[in-house]
Amino acid sequence: MPLYLQNLVIITTQILAVTICVILTVAFTTYFERKVIGYMQGRIGPNRVGIKGLGQPFADVIKLLIKEVVIPSRSNRYLFVIAPLLSLIPALATWAVIPLTDGFVIADINAGLLYVLALTSVGVYGVLLAGWATNSKYAFLGAMRCAAQIVAYEIAMGFALVGVLMASGSLNLGEIIASQSGGFSQWFIIPLFPLFMVYFISGVAETNRAPFDVAEGESEIVAGFHVEYSGVAFAVFFLAEYANIILIAALTSIFFLAGWSSPFEGWVFLGEGNLLREPSFFWLAVKICFFIFVFFWIRATFPRYRYDQIMRLGWKIFIPVTIVWIAVEGVMVWMKVGPWSI
Amino acid sequence: MDESWTLVNINRLIMKKIKNYIKTFLLWELWQGLSVTLRNFFRPSTTIQYPEEKTPQSSRFRGLHALRRYPNGEERCIACKLCEAVCPALAITIESEVADDGTRRASRYDIDLFKCIYCGFCEEACPVDAIVETRIHEYHMEAPGENIMTKDKLLAIGDKFDNLITKDKAADAKYR
Repeated sequence: MPLYLQNLVIITTQILAVTICVILTVAFTTYFERKVIGYMQGRIGPNRVGIKGLGQPFADVIKLLIKEVVIPSRSNRYLFVIAPLLSLIPALATWAVIPLTDGFVIADINAGLLYVLALTSVGVYGVLLAGWATNSKYAFLGAMRCAAQIVAYEIAMGFALVGVLMASGSLNLGEIIASQSGGFSQWFIIPLFPLFMVYFISGVAETNRAPFDVAEGESEIVAGFHVEYSGVAFAVFFLAEYANIILIAALTSIFFLAGWSSPFEGWVFLGEGNLLREPSFFWLAVKICFFIFVFFWIRATFPRYRYDQIMRLGWKIFIPVTIVWIAVEGVMVWMKVGPWSI
Repeated sequence: MDESWTLVNINRLIMKKIKNYIKTFLLWELWQGLSVTLRNFFRPSTTIQYPEEKTPQSSRFRGLHALRRYPNGEERCIACKLCEAVCPALAITIESEVADDGTRRASRYDIDLFKCIYCGFCEEACPVDAIVETRIHEYHMEAPGENIMTKDKLLAIGDKFDNLITKDKAADAKYR
């Protein structure tokens, strides 16, 4: 077999494996969300299907698959159908550059961070097109809100990542993790704490999750952009939303918590060869799970922002805060104070 | 407190403003909210899983109706129509006749469960404790017309749950 064919087979297998893992994680994330929110509200969440309700995601998926997809007669049929795919594909494609463990990344490209920024921005087109193609006022309102919100928070997110860039000196996600190696004290969350907060909150806003879910806003505009979607088309939107949550959780843990490296790296008293000291996928999974939990925790706690408050937070607070912190960081790098060495 | 524009007051106002500003940036109130939900996360849930678990029920629970008999099997109801008169929802319809043994009996005793508001007045009004409301609340209708409880159906319920009804009435008797 020629080399390029071998590569093709290997890469296709890797892509399939990662995609299937992400989709399975999405399934259990929905279960996790309902459990977490249930417990926070004094309920117990789904517990009927399978052991402890673990079959619930699959029951939901089967229900959605056998439901009819209704395409409104006044809608733009073509855009209506591809809009869900447009929001799902970027959410899955971003996983190509995410290093899952030391040495495993599908595409080890140097501009990985740019790729991530580009693809997370493309994801909003699915929402916009869905709102437009549906030809319904609620969907259109949802899409408009979503567009304005994404524009505002994309900037803050980008600026927060500029801080990470300055600290790590690389756009490659693997190198960003490598530059944070050396245990908990070397993680960027400590010197870049404001940027971390801005990045994570912007991430919540980017994924249209509560309290920033004005694009859905079920108490105001029915269901926002996906008001006319049903069956599989709705399932794809659902999948995209949760894939984005996992993605933001993964990115936050990579940029600020050093991804797959261990917090106890270099702790001599843990002993030589202690697995807790070794970098592994386990640590990335733990961090991702924690951030997913925070997503649901936030959802269970805060009421939805008013639209003008979202705009105020994005433009008048986050962007100035990030700019100030980038300036502070620039001075620190220039004066050679701080944990990084460039 | 004196709210005049003295230097001390202005100073205090400025300090308050700065304090609020710092509080806002530390997301102080948001952390407070998050701590509330986190505390509730570790609290046991109050869910009662209905078909398997049930909430405690009073012996006075007013559910499905029943007509009772005397221990010797004789119907209690004498068709006095007091329950029909007192019923605020006009759910009871009674027709009377003279039975073979010369006593006054109900030839028809219908309760429309859709009209009934389960107030228990019929039970209060009844001089012979014939009509009672049992603690049965898990019932349903499948076809039109099943909402009308006829005399036969009511008597059948009374026969079937005689023990339960007797026990509940005995438990409540001392408060009447």
